[in-house]
Amino acid sequence: MKIKEKIIEAILFLCSFITILTTVGIIFVLASESYLFFKEVSIIDFFTDTQWTPLFAQKRFGILPLVTGTLLTTLIAVSVAIPVGLTIAIYLNEYAPKRFTLVVKPLLEILAAVPTVVYGFFALLFVTPLLQKFIPDLAGFNALSAGLVMGVMIIPYVSSLSEDALRAVPNSLREAAYGMGSTKLQTAFRVMVPAASSGIIVSIILAISRAVGETMIVAIAAGQEPRLTMNPLVPIETITTYIVQVSLGDVPQDSIEYRTIFAAGITLFVFTFLLNNISFYIKRKYQEKYE
Amino acid sequence: MSNASRNNRIKDQIFKIFAIGCTFFGLLVLAVLLGDILYRGFTRIDWNFITDLPSRIPRRAGILTALFGMIWVLVLTILISFPLGIGAGIYLEEYGVKNRFARIVELNIANLAGVPSIIYGILGLQVFVRLANLGNSILAGSLTLSLLVLPIIIVSTREAIKAVPKSLREGSYAMGASKWQTISNIVLPASFGGIITGLILAMSRAIGETAPLIVVGALVYVPFIPNGPMDEFTVLPIQIFNWVTRPQSGFIINAAAAIIVLLSFTFMMNIVAVYLRNRWSKKMKF
Repeated sequence: MKIKEKIIEAILFLCSFITILTTVGIIFVLASESYLFFKEVSIIDFFTDTQWTPLFAQKRFGILPLVTGTLLTTLIAVSVAIPVGLTIAIYLNEYAPKRFTLVVKPLLEILAAVPTVVYGFFALLFVTPLLQKFIPDLAGFNALSAGLVMGVMIIPYVSSLSEDALRAVPNSLREAAYGMGSTKLQTAFRVMVPAASSGIIVSIILAISRAVGETMIVAIAAGQEPRLTMNPLVPIETITTYIVQVSLGDVPQDSIEYRTIFAAGITLFVFTFLLNNISFYIKRKYQEKYE
Repeated sequence: MSNASRNNRIKDQIFKIFAIGCTFFGLLVLAVLLGDILYRGFTRIDWNFITDLPSRIPRRAGILTALFGMIWVLVLTILISFPLGIGAGIYLEEYGVKNRFARIVELNIANLAGVPSIIYGILGLQVFVRLANLGNSILAGSLTLSLLVLPIIIVSTREAIKAVPKSLREGSYAMGASKWQTISNIVLPASFGGIITGLILAMSRAIGETAPLIVVGALVYVPFIPNGPMDEFTVLPIQIFNWVTRPQSGFIINAAAAIIVLLSFTFMMNIVAVYLRNRWSKKMKF
């Protein structure tokens, strides 16, 4: 009996240990292949060269165009998702009837459940032609439509998590603000949002991290032309798109072209890892405890 | 009423209208997206579309191989990830709550949940496809997706187990049951609804994933139905991606039709998950 219990505990322990192995595996794979990559390419060139052309005869290995492409689409996405998502969170928590919230919240969460390849289709074949009616200069592949559609996709990340944070603020604070004669708007922005600020910031960081790592929307709609630009109207390439592009091509294994996806991957991983850990830190350090 | 307070009331109303606009903006985009895809693809769906093999002629191309690939991948992913995820959730909630290892694992899982899916693809490419020598097989793809959905399963299993009241466990111990007997006879049945919800959401995530499977080399053109876990394969989202990137307009119609099929799976799973979650949270008031 005792032995059986011990065996079961050991098996369950191994199950949870797999998550540690996964992390170690990711870091080891990215680091070891990147190490081989940086033996051939100087790390200074990697961060300062302004061209990324590993698949051409004249090879240049500057990650900057991919980084700016990623930042550009992310910037467009969060400038949609943060204002809209935060406003929805405040509305659902401060204004809307409970019934309305119960219906609307799951409906909004559908936005995050739709596979991203579907959003890519929508960005390329609906949003871009629509925008081209207003912006004739818009290229067929561009950062703008990809970013906007990605922004809509991450609205529920911001709205749901911010709403949870706002809901955790005790009612007494709200009542105190009303008691002082505040309107709902004043209560929301001067009392509730500051009180829930750590949770709201966490939701924003997670949305940014999601946008940085998003792949299919940008791979379909933003183009495959690494370009050092902040112009949202022209084709660009993100880090994630580049990895897809190489995976679809016929690149010989253990070649320098093959290793570029690990160098690009580790850059992406470091970005999202930092963002995630900043959000954990904020959550632990600044989460106001109302008991 | 003073001027200032009237102004404040007007601002309040303006914000309210803006906020309702924002809420409906999200829903409107969703409606337009669904409408656009139904309009483009609905008439293309017929029995032949489901049962045809891929083809270079848009009208003759079907999704049979992608559907079979998807079912294979989904079944294997379920077999691998469900026991691992539930096991890990049980360990963290019932055995290791206070120890240091559990704290590290917890932070680690939160981190894994934030790792972009394409990074899992790179891990799968190097570890399963090359190191374990599984090639571009269904098994390699399923192992990769299993690692990807593990955090979802673990977190929801823990939430569900956490909701089981202590009194039930103590009752079981008082009857002389061992720890594992308590878990398997009392805790797991009581948290079943919550665990199932997480499992369905993990499945819904797995069938929509494209990027990691492209990286592990799921083929874009597979002219045969896979017969076993070591066969090469493609899945519905990759078929859609392939059709979207073709210039002929016939393939766009195919892509829209395939999206309708994919979304029916995704939505069905999400509806079941929400339904179970609501039913379970009503039942779980001890």
